[in-house]
Amino acid sequence: MALLKSSKIISSVGVYPPLGALSVRASSWWSEVQMGPPDPILGVSEAYKRDTNSKKINLGVGAYRDDQGKPFVLSCVRKAEAQLAAKKLDKEYLPIGGLGDFNKACAKLALGDDSEVIKSGRNITVQTISGTGSLRVGASFLSRFHTEARDVYLPKPSWGNHTPIFRDAGMQLKAYSYYDPKTCGFDFQGALNDISKIPAKSVIMLHACAHNPTGVDPRPEQWKEIAELVKKRNLLPFFDMAYQGFASGDIDRDAWAVRHFIEQGHNILLSQSFAKNMGLYGERVGGFTVVCKDTEEAKRVESQLKILIRPVYSNPPMNGARIAATILNTPDLYKEWLGEVHGMANRIITMRELLVANLKKEGSTRNWQHVIDQIGMFCFTGLKPEQVERLTKEFSVYMTKDGRISMAGVTSGNVGYLAQGIHTVTK
Amino acid sequence: MMALLKSSRVICNIGTFSRSLGSVSSRNSSFWAEVQMGPPDPILGVTEAFRRDTNPQKMNLGVGAYRDDQGKPYVLDSVRKAEAVIASKQLDKEYLAIGGLGEFNKSCAQLALGADSEVLKNGRNITVQTISGTGSLRIGANFLSRFHSASRDVYLPSPSWGNHTPIFRDAGMLLKAYRYYDPSTCGFDFLGMLEDISKMPERSVVLLHACAHNPTGVDPKPDQWKEISDLMKKRDLLVFFDMAYQGFASGDIDRDAWAVRHFIEQGHNIVLSQSFAKNMGLYGERVGGLTLVCGDAEEAKRVESQLKILIRPNYSNPPMNGARIATTILNTTELYNIWLEEVRLMANRIIKMREQLAANLKSEGSTHNWQHVTDQIGMFCFTGLKPDQVERLTKEFSVYMTKDGRISMAGVTSGNVGYLAHGIHAVTKCYISNNISADLPDNPSERQLRGR
Repeated sequence: MALLKSSKIISSVGVYPPLGALSVRASSWWSEVQMGPPDPILGVSEAYKRDTNSKKINLGVGAYRDDQGKPFVLSCVRKAEAQLAAKKLDKEYLPIGGLGDFNKACAKLALGDDSEVIKSGRNITVQTISGTGSLRVGASFLSRFHTEARDVYLPKPSWGNHTPIFRDAGMQLKAYSYYDPKTCGFDFQGALNDISKIPAKSVIMLHACAHNPTGVDPRPEQWKEIAELVKKRNLLPFFDMAYQGFASGDIDRDAWAVRHFIEQGHNILLSQSFAKNMGLYGERVGGFTVVCKDTEEAKRVESQLKILIRPVYSNPPMNGARIAATILNTPDLYKEWLGEVHGMANRIITMRELLVANLKKEGSTRNWQHVIDQIGMFCFTGLKPEQVERLTKEFSVYMTKDGRISMAGVTSGNVGYLAQGIHTVTK
Repeated sequence: MMALLKSSRVICNIGTFSRSLGSVSSRNSSFWAEVQMGPPDPILGVTEAFRRDTNPQKMNLGVGAYRDDQGKPYVLDSVRKAEAVIASKQLDKEYLAIGGLGEFNKSCAQLALGADSEVLKNGRNITVQTISGTGSLRIGANFLSRFHSASRDVYLPSPSWGNHTPIFRDAGMLLKAYRYYDPSTCGFDFLGMLEDISKMPERSVVLLHACAHNPTGVDPKPDQWKEISDLMKKRDLLVFFDMAYQGFASGDIDRDAWAVRHFIEQGHNIVLSQSFAKNMGLYGERVGGLTLVCGDAEEAKRVESQLKILIRPNYSNPPMNGARIATTILNTTELYNIWLEEVRLMANRIIKMREQLAANLKSEGSTHNWQHVTDQIGMFCFTGLKPDQVERLTKEFSVYMTKDGRISMAGVTSGNVGYLAHGIHAVTKCYISNNISADLPDNPSERQLRGR
């Protein structure tokens, strides 16, 4: 491509023009770079910010809000910060794999206190730049070392960012049935059918709990069958656990599928995020775990993860990891945290109930049971793109066009307005 | 293809689930049997080795992290003050924008380009917050890989920071080199560099260290920069500046940014990586910026949109804490002034250590020419030591450094400079200087050998 437009270049070495002589500027390099579309999820917040309607509601990004619609910094986080500030720690680089105390606690949270994996030291867990960073490190690792299969199977639908994460890392995306739009629920048979056809050694991505965007999770008996089938097909399970604690309000219950798979012998990959369950969003706290055959293998894998990470960002950011490690390792704070997670999950469950009640009150005759059945921060309303567009344009309710709403953005103050809007565009 | 699986026993019945916790026999074989143990990082691995050493006189001159004269990590006073300001505001922890904290980006660009920069006035830069310098370089490399289709080649100076190579390579670029360091003088190979630039294919990417070249500490002089700029313009090369040490080279923020600003004034639409790890001591907070100077504001918007598309599947948005600290310092006059003074202090301590090291080497009786120790600029000194000498220095004296002979002057203190000189002298005294710069003139036999 001809990247350069006309350019006037001074040829003599040693002569230089004075400041401000614009005519000698070299042409730009980026004339062929096209304007790209805004991020479908984060772009929603940007559009919301521009809206001047006082009744506007942002149900786009999955960031928890309290019942006043305000961002919520957890009390245990503030306490941990105060403790850390008093210690006047230095700001030296963390190791490439991150803060050791954090990594240990992070793995323990997911795998359980009595985990055989942790006892045997057969996991390698590295600190990452929240969930996205974790997934990307995992995707890059697969791309480099899982050479027998290039395919990653995502549930249909999945978090939008999964696709470019794996694709930019060099993997190929495929899909398995997951969500049933007719029931707004889990297409269990469809999932089993599709999984049974996945070629051996392919990577299968599973949302550990609180599926994003649908909120539809398999039940334990269904997880058991899935685990069996995945083992039979010899697939590599990659769990994305971004909402541990948010689904049921219980940390252990939400990690059940992950722990079950491990108990069944799956040597999984696991991404964890503390963005939501600790409200550490912008601090970027996450972990990536590879469950290996034994300690020796874990060491080999660790060495390669470091080689991969070093030319991406060298070492991860310290602040959020210190906060998380403090909470996880201080019994008082840990207990307080569990209570706050429980509180956040309950508020969301309450909002689900209120929304359905309000929709009924509005006179809606549609079946809104899925709003209550679905789990976690998001609700897959079942709204079609044109209905979403109306909801945004006429009511200033901002959401992603797949019909996903973040229940975290619903408050007792706005749930009535929201029900009104939804009813209007669906009646 | 490699057989990744060893023998495996798989339960076939759907619906039955395996025995209780701990039944290892049902575990799938691993997928990672063929993953090899990789070598430790050449730079960060030095610190790991240092930690394991029990010698009380050990010195870590590996990674470029500033130490005070007690050998302790130094958190800047301006940073502590900024942290207190931020803590009192009880800010939330909501996600930053994909491109980071807006106020940070503005200040970051202003620091590099100068407050009166025409580029800033015209809005023709896009500056995004990144995960320190490494993150900035990597995003830049990814951007080039995706959008600079005219050339896959990135020219690095010889030598360059070790991590540059995998950064660009993992991003899909091809690495090449241009002459830079002259081992016979421990100085700048100006003519060699000009010659190599003149042969570079048009539109190749050339990486330049803005100041305080890492690992050599050898910087071009302003007149030399001018010629380099002209020649690069003539060759139509895409200039990528890595500025990780603004303020650390001379102690003066503006002076250290001179080359960057000169190139821009000359019309180069550069790519620029900045780090606040060293000059603000924000190492582990990971604060940096990536700037692309574009043709105009419209182009900057297009480039911005594509940077966001690139960043989002990498890490979504950058970490907030360090950026808030840096922004507070850069935008609060009092803190800014304190910071400038602290940068000067850090740079001056290093300059003093250089002088003391050279002086101590002389008083040890070394006959080598150590002029380069004081001529070189910034945090690092390229001693000229060969790998086997480095190995001796580490094994016999517990002085840890990278095997290219680079030492971080920041790790030298008035307390350990004597010991260091002693060690360096011990491992170099029997050697003829073919790697250390020209000897002092009063050694005829070595002068003869040099004439070879």
